[in-house]
Amino acid sequence: MPEQIRRILGKHGRSPDELIPILQDVQAAFGYIGEPQVKAISRYLRISENQIYGVSSFYAQFRFTEPGRHGIKVCLGTACHVRGGGTLLDSLEHGLGIHCGETTEDKRFDVDRVACLGCCALSPVVQIDRDIYSRMTVNKLTELLKNYE
Amino acid sequence: MNKLVKKIDTAKGKWDKLKDNREPIVYIGAASCGRAAGALELKEAAKAFLDDNKKSARVIEVGCIGPCYLEPLVDIKMPGQPRVSYNNVNAKTLQMILKSHFVNGEPHKKLALGHFGTDDLDGIPRFWDLPMLKPQVRIVLRNCGLIDPEEIDQYLAVDGYQGFMKALKSTAEDVIATVRQAGLRGRGGAGFPTFRKWTVCRESPGEQKYLICNADEGDPGAFMNRSLIESDPHAVLEGMLIAGYAIGASKGIVYIRAEYPLAIERLKRAIGQMREYGLLGKNILGSDFSFEIKIKEGAGAFVCGEETALIGSIEGKRGMPRSRPPFPAIAGLFGAPTIINNVETLGTLPNILRNGPEWYTRFGKEGNRGTKTFSLVGKIRRPGLIEVQLGTTLREIIFDIGGGVQKPFKAIQTGGPSGGCLSEEFLDLTVDYESLASAGSIMGSGGLIVMDEDTCIVDLAKYFLDFTQKESCGKCVPCRVGTKHILEILQKITNGEGTPDDLLALRTLGDTIKKGALCGLGQTAPNPVLTTLRYFRNEYLEHIKDHRCRATVCKPLIEYRVIKEKCTGCQSCVRVCPTGAITGPRSEPHNLDATKCIKCRSCYEVCRYEAIAGDAIVIRTAESKS
Repeated sequence: MPEQIRRILGKHGRSPDELIPILQDVQAAFGYIGEPQVKAISRYLRISENQIYGVSSFYAQFRFTEPGRHGIKVCLGTACHVRGGGTLLDSLEHGLGIHCGETTEDKRFDVDRVACLGCCALSPVVQIDRDIYSRMTVNKLTELLKNYE
Repeated sequence: MNKLVKKIDTAKGKWDKLKDNREPIVYIGAASCGRAAGALELKEAAKAFLDDNKKSARVIEVGCIGPCYLEPLVDIKMPGQPRVSYNNVNAKTLQMILKSHFVNGEPHKKLALGHFGTDDLDGIPRFWDLPMLKPQVRIVLRNCGLIDPEEIDQYLAVDGYQGFMKALKSTAEDVIATVRQAGLRGRGGAGFPTFRKWTVCRESPGEQKYLICNADEGDPGAFMNRSLIESDPHAVLEGMLIAGYAIGASKGIVYIRAEYPLAIERLKRAIGQMREYGLLGKNILGSDFSFEIKIKEGAGAFVCGEETALIGSIEGKRGMPRSRPPFPAIAGLFGAPTIINNVETLGTLPNILRNGPEWYTRFGKEGNRGTKTFSLVGKIRRPGLIEVQLGTTLREIIFDIGGGVQKPFKAIQTGGPSGGCLSEEFLDLTVDYESLASAGSIMGSGGLIVMDEDTCIVDLAKYFLDFTQKESCGKCVPCRVGTKHILEILQKITNGEGTPDDLLALRTLGDTIKKGALCGLGQTAPNPVLTTLRYFRNEYLEHIKDHRCRATVCKPLIEYRVIKEKCTGCQSCVRVCPTGAITGPRSEPHNLDATKCIKCRSCYEVCRYEAIAGDAIVIRTAESKS
C-alpha cells in the first residue's frame, strides 16, 4: 500500500462510521477518490468496494476524476440565483467549452455548482480555489479568470 | 468549579482592561462574508499603517455584526473614547480613518457609521440606533461582532458559561422545566417544543445517549448558523453542555457542512479551549457530569438536515431518512437515544439559563416565545443577518430593517426550498410558526429572500424544484418521481411550451407529494410551487398563453436588441460578446445577430454601466418584438 494512503488510514479507527471522514481526507490529499484508494479503504474497514462507491456517490462533495488546477465553484444559492448566478455559470460553460462538473482539456479549470456558500448578502458569488469573489458579473468573471494559470 | 471561577475573574479583569483600553484597538469584521469583501487585506494594511507610523494598537478579528451590505466593517476604539464603526472600508478610506484616529486623535466624522458609546459623539449616530439595528432584539447574536471568537476569555468576560454553571447546580429535571417555562421551540424550522423532545430522551432507557448539534445549514440563501458559529462559537458549545446535561448524554457531535471551513476552524479552536479550561472531559467542574464534543463534517447533501438522514450520515452510510417512529430520542445514533438540536436552539439556551425563563418569555408572543435569527437577502437594500422577536411582521422586517426594495416589491420566500413564496398581501403577516403555516409556507431555519419585479416567479419555483429534485435522496417514490415531474412541467412552461392543463397537473402532483413523501423534506418540497400557483397564478398564465416573461428572466422568451438611436458605436459590447453576435464599425450603431446571441448578458452589463450613452442594449420579452 502506498505510503500516503497508509498514513491517512492510520489516523482513523476501523469502525464503519469512519468511512466518510476517511473519504474526506483522501479527497483532500489526492484531489479525488481513485480506484486504488477505494481498494485500500475497503481492505482497511472490511467493507465492500461497492458499499464505498454507494456512500461516496451519494454525497456531492466527492469526485472520482482528477480535478483541474483551479476549481471554480459558482454559487447557485437562492440569493445568488435571483441575482444572476445562473447566467454566470452559463457564460463559464460557454467560455471554457465544458459543462458543469467537467474539467477543461488542458486541466486548467474545472467548473462546478455549489448550493450555497453562505455569503448571500454579497451575491452573486463565485469561489475559485479557496477565494470567494463577491458581487460578480459576467465581465468581471472573465477578467478574473486571466489571473489563474 | 473554583478553578473556573478564578479563570473567569482573570478573564473579566482582562476584559475590563480591554474595555477601558489603555491601548487602542482595531476590530476587523472577519467572518466569511467580511473576508469575501476583503477584510483580511484590510487587516494587513492596518498593521502596516501602525508599523509605518510607529503606533501601537491591538488588531483583532471579530465575527459578523449583521449588516452584511456594509462589509467590510472596521471599528476603532481609542483610549477614553467609544468604539467607532466604519462601513464599506477600502484600502483608501482605511488610511483616512486610521490617520484621523491615530494622527489627528479624533474619529473621521464623515466616514463614521456609528459609535458604541452612550453619549453623543460629534454628531455620529449611535450604532444601535441605526435603522437596520434599532428594531432588532439581539439575544442569540448578542456577542456577534463584539467579541473575539477565538478567545474563550472574552466569552467568559461577557458572562459566558454562567448559564451552564447554573444548570450544573440544579438537577437535569429542573433544567428541562426551565426550558419548558421559557417556551423554547426548535429553531431548525419545525418548531417542536425543545423540552418535550428532551424529556422523551431523558426518560428513554440506555447507558449511552448522544446530543447532536445540527449545523448542516443546507438551505440555499441561509447563513445564520454559519455566522453564529464563526462569531460566537462558545455560545453554541455552552448550549451543547446544557442540553447534554439535561438529557443525560455524555457525547456531543457537531455535524457541520464542509463548505464552512472558517466555522469548523473556530469550533475546533473553541473546543480545545474548553478542554483546557476543564469544561470538557470527565467530571466537569467537579460534578458528576462528563461530556465530550466531536466534529463531523457533512459531505454535501441537503437531505442530511433531516434528523434520521443526518444520523445515517454520521454512521457512515448514505444519508437517507427512515420512517419514524421510533424517533431518534428513543432510538437514534447507533440505536441509542439521541437529541438533535439546531445551532440556534443551542445558542439560545445559555441566555435562558443565565437570565431565567421569565426574562425569556418577555420576548415574542404567546406560544411563540423569544427571538429568531434570519438571513435577509435578495433584492433588498440592506441585506444581512438579523434577529427579531417572534411576532414581528414581514413589513417591519423588509421595510424597517431591510430598508425596502429598490424596484417594486414582488414576493418574499420564507423557509428556503421547503417554504413558500408570499405576495404583497401577506406583508402584515406576523412571523411565527403558526401564521406562516397558515399561509402555506413555513418558518424553516430562517432564510428570507426578497424579490422585486425583476424576479420571475415561475423561474424561481423551477429553481427550487431543480434543487429539491437534485437533492432528493431517491428512497420514496412520491419525492423521487414527483419532483422530477414537477420540474419537467416547469421547464416546459418557462420554455414557452406550457398548456393550461399543466397548472392542474402541478397542483395534483404537489398535493400527492405532500401527502405521500417519507420525510419532512419531501413533504415540503412542493411548497414553492403550490404557493406561487396560489398567489401568482397570473404569471404562470402569462408564460403559457402569452409566451411572455414579464421579469425578462426566462431565456427562451426574451431577446436582446440594440436600440439604434441610443447606440454610440463605442464597441464595448463588440469586445465582450463571446459569440461575435454583435458587429459594427466604430461610431456607428451596432448590429446584434439574434441567431448567434446566447443571451449571456455581457453586452447588457457593459452598456448599462460603462458606455457613455448607456442602456442602448435592452432585454425585451419576445412578445414585444415589433
